[in-house]
Amino acid sequence: MSDTRTTVPLAGGPTAGSAPRRSMSPINPVVVRLTLRVLLGRRRGLLFLALPALVLLLALALRWAAGVDHIVTVSYLSTFAIATVLPLLALIAGTGVIGPEIDDGSIVYLLAKPVPRWHISVSKLLVAIGCVTVFGAVPIAAAALLMSGTYGGIAIGFFVGAVLAGIGYCALFLLLAVVSRHAVVFGLTYALLWESLIGNFVPGAQTLSIQQWALAVTERIVTVELPTASVSLRVAVPALVIVTVLASWYAGRRLRSLSLAAEE
Amino acid sequence: MSVLEIAGVSRWFGNVVAVNDVSMTIGPGVTGLLGPNGAGKSTLISMMAGFLAPSAGAVTLDGVPTWRNVEIYRRVGLVPDREGMYDGLTGWQFVLANAKLHGLADPEAASHRAVTTVEMDDARDREVATYSKGMKQRIKMASALVHDPAVLLLDEPFNGMDPRQRLHLMELLRDMAAAGRTVLFSSHILEEVEVLATHIEVVVAGRHAASGDFRRIRRLMIDRPHQYIVRSSDDRALASALIADPSASAVELDTDRKQLLVQAVDFERFVLLLPQVAQQAGVRLHEVLPSDESLESVFSYLVSSR
Repeated sequence: MSDTRTTVPLAGGPTAGSAPRRSMSPINPVVVRLTLRVLLGRRRGLLFLALPALVLLLALALRWAAGVDHIVTVSYLSTFAIATVLPLLALIAGTGVIGPEIDDGSIVYLLAKPVPRWHISVSKLLVAIGCVTVFGAVPIAAAALLMSGTYGGIAIGFFVGAVLAGIGYCALFLLLAVVSRHAVVFGLTYALLWESLIGNFVPGAQTLSIQQWALAVTERIVTVELPTASVSLRVAVPALVIVTVLASWYAGRRLRSLSLAAEE
Repeated sequence: MSVLEIAGVSRWFGNVVAVNDVSMTIGPGVTGLLGPNGAGKSTLISMMAGFLAPSAGAVTLDGVPTWRNVEIYRRVGLVPDREGMYDGLTGWQFVLANAKLHGLADPEAASHRAVTTVEMDDARDREVATYSKGMKQRIKMASALVHDPAVLLLDEPFNGMDPRQRLHLMELLRDMAAAGRTVLFSSHILEEVEVLATHIEVVVAGRHAASGDFRRIRRLMIDRPHQYIVRSSDDRALASALIADPSASAVELDTDRKQLLVQAVDFERFVLLLPQVAQQAGVRLHEVLPSDESLESVFSYLVSSR
């Protein structure tokens, strides 16, 4: 059956060579480029500049007001940068790489292609993680350098923690965007209500917190004691890996059976 | 050549049945999927295109299920009804991205050919967001043609097109069918389907109502009881004169609204007869209105008569 399309040229035009070129890599460069355009081209892409700017400005202000105080640095980075700014960035990136396309229906042009659906979700996840690294982890490391220089591995520790948290959050929020149209609400509820509020009062809730898992790794690198980290590394690392892998796998699976129901 | 087979397919959303036990075979040529809005046309096309699982039955392309099978897209081109299409890109970038996603060996050449086919060369470097509805439709069409598919599915492709664009698209679809492709488009406008489709499938309220060429469908639609509202100078005299002729099967005298409700069984005969009968009976006709000419009522007649 596949021969007919080469023997029957499209009306009025020359036959294009259409031998399929298969790629084994799950990262599809066209999907990556389209996703970047959608994500950074929109007005909400401005938040990607505003949030890191806020992190740096507050860091400067604290340095000016409190001088060089490593306890202040560590407390600022863990309670504000990692606990508030990073989940927000990841929420914008994780849902933004796929949610708008599902909403306006343009995702159909990606899905109606002989490309495995999980390649599409993995490519989009990569874009989200890249954005959170550039606009989240790097500014957090820069804030650490501004406040404490290279003291005590603070900069590198929080950079690693921010990257790891970004990976976990993005995988989770991308999954939310695939399964629900209210991904932002659910994501905010998880990050702000569960992790920040409930996590502070109910110690058990901290075990199920991406933020705490990432901070457990940071705590291992940094020589200054963190105010919040309470999960052991032996729990944190496997938990982070499992959540990331499971969320990415399930997002790909759900994308495979994504219904684009007609609006009649 | 490719054949789409829809076998005993139903689809429901919660308690709502959108498609109810539909079976049809779509082969090479242009097939028109005709039905009023909300009849389930888009649901059917979504299932054909692999974007919706049938609740019952099977949709296959050359014997292979279309659901959860991305390999079908090597042979299927889809022109969706919705507008969303990466507005920040230019038309050219959009078509080229589609060609690359298909993994074509020479995406530039394929995109060039597709853009030329839909006559969008002049506007190809403008952003999609600046396009008119007809231009968007054409660039969508180019993106669906770029891999030279054997099957082309179009959901309401003529919506928002001006007459010239409409004619051009019709010509394009005819050419594609002449080259042995399977082309299916949906529409709620009988005339549109009539001039283009060699085969028509009618769906109404989720059911498969009729199937055949346009002559058969037209005959089905004309050979049905028609209802007319008639106002005249003497309704009672006209009523007795009309019921005497076999072309009318029922006449109801509505004295409150001062009108006659006439059920005509032989549409063509009745239309010729009415003025003659009125003249012979010395009655002046004030108004003659078909009372049920909406597409919905025409279609529901087809369903009830099956």
